[in-house]
Amino acid sequence: MKTDWIPIALVPVLAVAALPLIPNTPTWVTLTVAGLAMGMMIFMMASGLTLVFGLMDVMNFAHGAFISVGAYAAASVLIAMKGDMQAASLAANLSAMAPALLAAMALAGLLGWFFERVVIRPVYGDHLKQILVTMGGLIVVEQLIHVVWGPDIIPLPRPATLTGSVLFGDAAIERYRMLAVLVGLAVFAAMWLVLGRTKLGLLIRAGVENTEMVESLGYRIRRLFVGVFVAGSALAGLGGVMWAMYQESVSAGMGMQMMVVIFIVIIIGGLGSVGGCFVGALLVGLMANYIGYVAPKLALGSNILLMVLVLLWRPRGLYPVGKA
Amino acid sequence: MNWLLSGDYPRSRVLAALLILVFVGLALAPFVFPGTRALNVAAKVAVFILLVASYDLLLGYTGIVSFAHTMFFGIGGYGIGIAAAKLGPTWINLGLGIFVSSLVTLALALAIGLLSLRVRAIFFAMITLAVASFFQILASQLSDFTGGEDGINFKLPELLQSRLVCYYGVLVISCLLYLVLLRIVNSPFGRVLQSIRENEFRAEALGYRTVAYRSVANCLGAFAATAAGALYALWLRYTGPDTTLSFSIMIDLLLMVVIGGMGTMYGAVIGATLFVVAQNYLQDLMKLAADATQALPSFLQFVPGLLHPDRWLLWLGVLFIVCVYYFPAGIVGRLRR
Amino acid sequence: MPDALLALEAVNTHIGQYHILQGVSFSVPQNSLTMLLGRNGAGKTTCLRTIMGLWRASAGSVKFGEKEITRTPTPDLARLGIAYVPENMGIFAGLTVRENMLLAARGGALDDKRLEWIFGLFPAMKKFWGSLAGNLSGGQKQMLAISRAIAEPRRLLLVDEPTKGLAPAIIAAMIEAFREVKRDATLVVVEQNFHFARTLGDAVAVMDSGRIVHTGTMSALAADEAMQQRLLGLSLDAHQ
Repeated sequence: MKTDWIPIALVPVLAVAALPLIPNTPTWVTLTVAGLAMGMMIFMMASGLTLVFGLMDVMNFAHGAFISVGAYAAASVLIAMKGDMQAASLAANLSAMAPALLAAMALAGLLGWFFERVVIRPVYGDHLKQILVTMGGLIVVEQLIHVVWGPDIIPLPRPATLTGSVLFGDAAIERYRMLAVLVGLAVFAAMWLVLGRTKLGLLIRAGVENTEMVESLGYRIRRLFVGVFVAGSALAGLGGVMWAMYQESVSAGMGMQMMVVIFIVIIIGGLGSVGGCFVGALLVGLMANYIGYVAPKLALGSNILLMVLVLLWRPRGLYPVGKA
Repeated sequence: MNWLLSGDYPRSRVLAALLILVFVGLALAPFVFPGTRALNVAAKVAVFILLVASYDLLLGYTGIVSFAHTMFFGIGGYGIGIAAAKLGPTWINLGLGIFVSSLVTLALALAIGLLSLRVRAIFFAMITLAVASFFQILASQLSDFTGGEDGINFKLPELLQSRLVCYYGVLVISCLLYLVLLRIVNSPFGRVLQSIRENEFRAEALGYRTVAYRSVANCLGAFAATAAGALYALWLRYTGPDTTLSFSIMIDLLLMVVIGGMGTMYGAVIGATLFVVAQNYLQDLMKLAADATQALPSFLQFVPGLLHPDRWLLWLGVLFIVCVYYFPAGIVGRLRR
Repeated sequence: MPDALLALEAVNTHIGQYHILQGVSFSVPQNSLTMLLGRNGAGKTTCLRTIMGLWRASAGSVKFGEKEITRTPTPDLARLGIAYVPENMGIFAGLTVRENMLLAARGGALDDKRLEWIFGLFPAMKKFWGSLAGNLSGGQKQMLAISRAIAEPRRLLLVDEPTKGLAPAIIAAMIEAFREVKRDATLVVVEQNFHFARTLGDAVAVMDSGRIVHTGTMSALAADEAMQQRLLGLSLDAHQ
């Protein structure tokens, strides 16, 4: 089976290309890990959106709402379990984080279910209305967050054992970033296994290419839609928590702020491709960190430049999928 | 009257009455509504009527969802701002600023139009979002040129220094440009746009080069937005990222055009007036309501939260969603039934 | 006349504002192969898609045996035993040949004996079993599409232009396959290749401008050159 290795190879290529620009090798290591960690978190936030679009042909502009809601849900749990978070034991920290992550995924997933049934179902097939309606949903949810959790930004300190950095030789690597990379890899591995090795995954991959044909083969794929949407929303919630702890604060607008980066990542990756989303996210994360060090003024715009470069090379993204 | 309105009548008594009310209100604002706040609201209404109308040309008449409209609004504002601040507040310099803004707008509108009108609507929407975001970053990073996050404060030529003259200048020009847009959508060109929106394949089959038409529509809408931006900057004597480029303004635009009524032009008048007035005065009303409901029993304690004045956007958002589902032609459409 | 497995009556289909099917009525006898012929744009593909529920009939009725299936959703039709092979083949390019075939096996696993039979008809399937379907040639893709449709026994097969762009050798294999399938199933095949149509067809229905303008046996049509000329604008000896 021939896999297209070129896009994946871009990640190490970019990392290596940055070496001459960052003369201090330990700094390069730190930045690379930071970039990978950021990329993993963006991947978690974006993967649901690209899969939903690929499978259901729905662009959910309210995806940012799931990110914010997940972060807030987790924040509530973590604040309640402050003691465990501040304890110096990893076990205690994890015992607080685990329910927080679950709460984030559950609430985001629930919101996703509500969205699919009530907000999006009436406008399947009408892209214009989808864009408008989901934008409206984003506004409303953001406001509701204010109603429930108040208007202020909530600080969210990292768990005690995951603050600070670890020294590998001369390179300082933040503990939290290592966790982010691990979680991201775990999520990606899980998605890869489900999509590649299960019949469910097979149906989803086939459905992304040609929903009609899957139905003609006798599968009620529309029933899958809700499930995929909910899973995508839950993932966004998870990404939201991880990101919030990275920033050490939760704000209602954080989801909306990420939308531009998320769009850039899924466009780079190819709409509908989870693998593409992964590669795209890592590239964006690395770029942001390298450029942020080398030329800070360009950092914010570097993503967009990366997107333009990728589109010039492959107009439909790194891994184009069936539906044009 | 027929010539003035380009044959596009309100077609509803209530709507006509509302339009006249708005027009009279704006025309007599300095005298009827005392105070600087009221005049500010009126000026903002005048500017936004034009801006929303320009967006309706794109969204309502051509069926294009673009998130880059605030970029053109900003170009107009910065054109005036940079010219006035760097070159001096003379009429010639302002004219130069407008001229340069127009060129930049033309270039960007053409680029966006030709590049992305060939791709699917969703892709186009996302790209415009990225472009607008990039522009916003540019504006805040090139602070020597654009004043960065703080924006640019500047003085106006002597004639415009009178608030009254400035106000009527803004109102008259906004009115004229609005009528031009009205003329455009009711012209043969406008009718072709509508047919493209209805059924692109058919229009192509009939021989209309749809990409060309949509590109022109894109440019016209962008120009009008730039003009609105220039007017707004003149009124505020200030231009900056949050008055012109922020994403919340883009969202406000969407709300205004949909609630007012897409594809009606008059919807812009209703939507802009409703929104700007609500933005400024609804909050006072909501505060009253919130205070009144403070005494509710504990299980209804979320009610004051929902009525808190800062949550006015929540209600407009809900209204917006309701409009998209049930009133695709917004308030104007409802009134015309 | 044997019982009709499929019966259309006064079926109308609108796509947007275009009225494509304008009252289509015909029936398909069981265990036969009905060729659906006609010029380009006559509505043949629309007809198949309407039967399969991919496009909604705006009027009329479609019956499968005794069952009224006009409003039945597509997946349910497949479960009733109807298979559809679209004009563009509908194979999943990003999946391997094996994965494409797996999807056809709703029960879970593929029947080995049946698989051997398919490999016998289309050896390329065995050769490219692990390859991505997108890397196959046009002819091989078509073979995959047909293989997928016959991976499990079906009662009715709707096939849209199976021989389009195929080399004669492959067409021969296709004919062989269809002959085998015809023994247990009923087929409705849209075709432009007359040689293929004449060789396999038992019954024939000719469409023009969204209506059925002729039904009858294939042998009758094959014998009447004037009728062929009138209905289809060519003679059977064309399209060898």
